[in-house]
Amino acid sequence: MIQLENVTKTYPKGSRPSLDNVSVGIEKGEFVFFIGPSGSGKSTIIKLLLHEVAPTSGKVMVNQKDVTTLRSWKVPHFRRSIGCVFQDFRLLPNRTAYENVAFALEVIGKTKAVARRVVPEVLELVGLGGKEHRYPHELSGGEQQRVAVARAFVNRPLILLADEPTGNLDPDTSIEIMRLLDRINRTGTTVVMVTHDSNIVNQMRRRVIEIESGRIVRDQARGVYG
Amino acid sequence: MRVKYVLNEVLVGLWRNVTMTVAMIITMSVSLSMLGASVLLYMQVDQMKDYYYGNIQVSIFLTEDITDGQKANIDQAITGSDLVKDKTYETKEDALKRFQQLWADSPDFVNAINADSLPESYRVTLKNPEQYKDFAKVLEGMPGIRQIIDQSDILEEVFDIFNSIQLASLIVAGFMAVAALLLVGNTIQVAAYSKRREVAVMKLVGASNWFIQAPFVLEAVVAGLIGAILGFVALFIAKVVLLDNKLQALTTILTPIPTSNVMLMLPLLAGVGALVSAVTAWVTLRFYLKV
Repeated sequence: MIQLENVTKTYPKGSRPSLDNVSVGIEKGEFVFFIGPSGSGKSTIIKLLLHEVAPTSGKVMVNQKDVTTLRSWKVPHFRRSIGCVFQDFRLLPNRTAYENVAFALEVIGKTKAVARRVVPEVLELVGLGGKEHRYPHELSGGEQQRVAVARAFVNRPLILLADEPTGNLDPDTSIEIMRLLDRINRTGTTVVMVTHDSNIVNQMRRRVIEIESGRIVRDQARGVYG
Repeated sequence: MRVKYVLNEVLVGLWRNVTMTVAMIITMSVSLSMLGASVLLYMQVDQMKDYYYGNIQVSIFLTEDITDGQKANIDQAITGSDLVKDKTYETKEDALKRFQQLWADSPDFVNAINADSLPESYRVTLKNPEQYKDFAKVLEGMPGIRQIIDQSDILEEVFDIFNSIQLASLIVAGFMAVAALLLVGNTIQVAAYSKRREVAVMKLVGASNWFIQAPFVLEAVVAGLIGAILGFVALFIAKVVLLDNKLQALTTILTPIPTSNVMLMLPLLAGVGALVSAVTAWVTLRFYLKV
């Protein structure tokens, strides 16, 4: 599903590479944690997978497609197969939960009728049934992140990327979000999560890839934070 | 639905930044009306040239003491030249009649002149008025000629004035266009900034580039079109009020500007306004909305 082959990424101003000759493979349906200290290069992986940045050298394959050689006009279509959630939720403040999710559908050309059918369904799935018409500021942090997960998942993407999704949440809420991501993973969606929340990693007991100074130092099938 | 979404975004965008929109429309309309005026004047000068050059004559004034022999030589030289289309001979009496007509408003002046004080002349129409110099060479130095006057020299001066007015309005149009373009660029930047969250989400979920950019570009195009329509209205009012009423006297020199020419300015201005706005907006987005 995801293949990084000898990927190096050096930012123009950086002295040392953010990722240094990293090779890793992730299968369909896996749940993978990327862990490591700030600045270790974890987030760069997410950016590479989204084609937000291009690798300095090496190859990035997503869903059997070489992302590195992807034409820029094909990027939008490529991104439709990837869902993404972030630490800061990135919801539109002037739209309700329903509208935030429906917006993601409408801007890729889905009709309102489709939105009316699938949005309530996915909001129910993330546990926000009955709160469709609340605005983000009327929702708790955990609930806002659920809206973001619903938005990422509404297209039934093959891959869900999560960049420190629990970074702004208290431990109990974090665990609820993790249960949600686990449920989504069980539908067959590959989940890649970048985090430095040791509690969560230790509880989930999933594959853990540890990165330090741009290199993979550990890759463990049922790992802990260490 | 997508069309409706885009149109709605355009209206909201124009309204959100309404002072900037108004500034953009005004500069655009001034620039485009100046452009229109310039083009109209250009067409006019062209038309006037056709009209006047058709009637232009070279006058060959003869000396008082010309002999019949000299007159015959000149006559022959004119008739013999293949540049000449037509020639008439004007006696002192003919000249006086024309003089009296020309100055009918000032009888005192006319009374002071008698036929003897006016020279005899040949009036020659050339096949091609621009070949005046070649024609003058044939006659130059022949005894009995006092002066050769080419009316096109006088016309050239008049046309020079028109040409400089045309150039001036083109320059003003250019300066205003620069101001208009900067305003379009700025408006698009502000719009892109105020919609940065939406744009970020759209990029994230994979909305196509045209879908992200279309509302911004259309916003500029709509403003450009409104500017073009206002500019056209200004031109039309200027024609009706100034040329057809207040400054009607001018139309004795200026051949009248046909309404059809003014009408022609609407598609021209609309096309230029829309195209220029669209390109500016699109280029601005390249810089401020990396997709």
